[in-house]
Amino acid sequence: MHQVNFDLSLEEISKIEGNAGLDLSIKNNAVTKCEFKITEYKRFYTQAIKGKAALAAPALLARICGTCSNAHILAACKAVESALKITPFSQTQTLRRLLINGLYIRDHALHLYLFVLPDLFNKNSLLDFDEKTPQEHQWLDDAFSVKDAGNQLSILVGGRSVHAPYPQVGGFNHFPDSNQIPIVITKLQSIRPAVIRLIQIFTDCPWFQKQDVPYLALKDGQVCGSDNVCIRQTDYRKYLTHRALAYSQASAYVYKTRPYLTGALARLNLAKNPPPPFPSHNLYHNNLAQAIEILNAIDDSVKILQSADFSPEPLVKSTLSSGEGIGLIEAPRGILYHCLTIKNMVVTDAEILVPTGQNQLCIENDIKNLVNSYLRGDLKNQLEHEIEILIRAYDPCMSCASHFLKIKWA
Amino acid sequence: MPKKLIAGWFTFTCSEDSTIVMTELLNTRWSEWKNWLDFKYAKTLRKSGPLGSMDVAFIEGAISSETQAAKLKQIRSLAKTLIAIGACAVTGYPSAQRNQFNPDQMKIIQPILDRFKYAEKVRKVSAVVKVDHSIPGCPMDEEKFIKLINQFLTQANASSKF
Repeated sequence: MHQVNFDLSLEEISKIEGNAGLDLSIKNNAVTKCEFKITEYKRFYTQAIKGKAALAAPALLARICGTCSNAHILAACKAVESALKITPFSQTQTLRRLLINGLYIRDHALHLYLFVLPDLFNKNSLLDFDEKTPQEHQWLDDAFSVKDAGNQLSILVGGRSVHAPYPQVGGFNHFPDSNQIPIVITKLQSIRPAVIRLIQIFTDCPWFQKQDVPYLALKDGQVCGSDNVCIRQTDYRKYLTHRALAYSQASAYVYKTRPYLTGALARLNLAKNPPPPFPSHNLYHNNLAQAIEILNAIDDSVKILQSADFSPEPLVKSTLSSGEGIGLIEAPRGILYHCLTIKNMVVTDAEILVPTGQNQLCIENDIKNLVNSYLRGDLKNQLEHEIEILIRAYDPCMSCASHFLKIKWA
Repeated sequence: MPKKLIAGWFTFTCSEDSTIVMTELLNTRWSEWKNWLDFKYAKTLRKSGPLGSMDVAFIEGAISSETQAAKLKQIRSLAKTLIAIGACAVTGYPSAQRNQFNPDQMKIIQPILDRFKYAEKVRKVSAVVKVDHSIPGCPMDEEKFIKLINQFLTQANASSKF
């Protein structure tokens, strides 16, 4: 049998959020090294937040990541509110739901159109699509209009789609302009056909990579797993074990000793009545799951906005000034966990777990499986491209993944 | 057909919030910009080959290591115009927040600084190379960015008529 031996080093993986690389070695037809390296330099947010005002924590922690900033704001607000026993008004919950919907639409659209779609058309970039070809012209239009609709929804509710200034601990400091609501509804309704096309193209996509991992998602207020175990949010961290990777600037985690997956695929797999083909163990159905979630976010937002009558409310305050609280939300890329300790309204300790850190070992495992499936042929150039497609399917976010402190190297 | 401006968009230590703002601006501006601007080097948008000369380089993020500083110097040597984008590139902060850490905090993070060869201090872009224009903000000020791009495109448009 032909012996395969080579080393492959990807210094810069393109069309993902942030910086990552890969070192791969094949010796005698076996993968001897597979190191998925998150190469973003740390900014040490969980250290830097110490000593800062608790009420400022959401805005400060938003700076962990531009892409996921509004998710960090919402998780940090929840953590502070939990620590100080603040229960926001129901209108705040509705506005937060709209804010996260805007993020799902914009973030998933960015991933699917800008990062993944070029692979389906054998193009380097969405910007290389030929506008003279009706089909490619349509995809370009779809990409920009869907992203824009998500952006506009985020601006309406949050004031900005990146580092939104309106959401605060205890409520919102600004409320949607009633004149803008019909405009945003029309925009959201207008992109529905584009999103149906997106769902169709990922339904028809033949890419396949079988996974055998637990899936975890927030369901009815608890973190539920495909192993039929549901965990209280406050207990979630106890089920995870930190794994330090000496070659990566990010922290990785296992769930009950196993790599696990969080994100759109996990959410669809654990949904009550998921549409076919879910539940699915095909990693690439993460793309399809994201497309379906865009549609859900559009429909949910239109329904809310059509019946909404938003009125100004004060921020809910607390009589407490100390406590420990957890903010756990389903960010577009998966479970985002903030734990903040507050003393006299100042943050004294913080732990943050982001989806890409939680998925990191899964990514590595899937790369190994992909490489093993290719080992029978001549492949180095093809493999490099296929590995990038696989990594992109996870929609990893390196800015998030690399900015916390955990050291426990062997 | 006018010659397009060759552009590069590079990120160093930052949240990439300005990159997101840039991709959102493409939603409504791409049809206007596409005839004049070629994002030849922009990892977010495409896989690029080795770096070559470019008309304009946009730099987001602060500089955390000598490796990053070397890359930035290479970009500077290839770019006619270099623009610092966003707060981290322009001021260093918030990415440079470790520069203000107390000795106890530094002791905690030191193993990471050593293992991954961080520089002693995080630097703003202008501390490493000459910067021609700056767009501050966290994320960048959209209006200033659009104004600057339009200025470049107007110049390119004018020169293409000669």
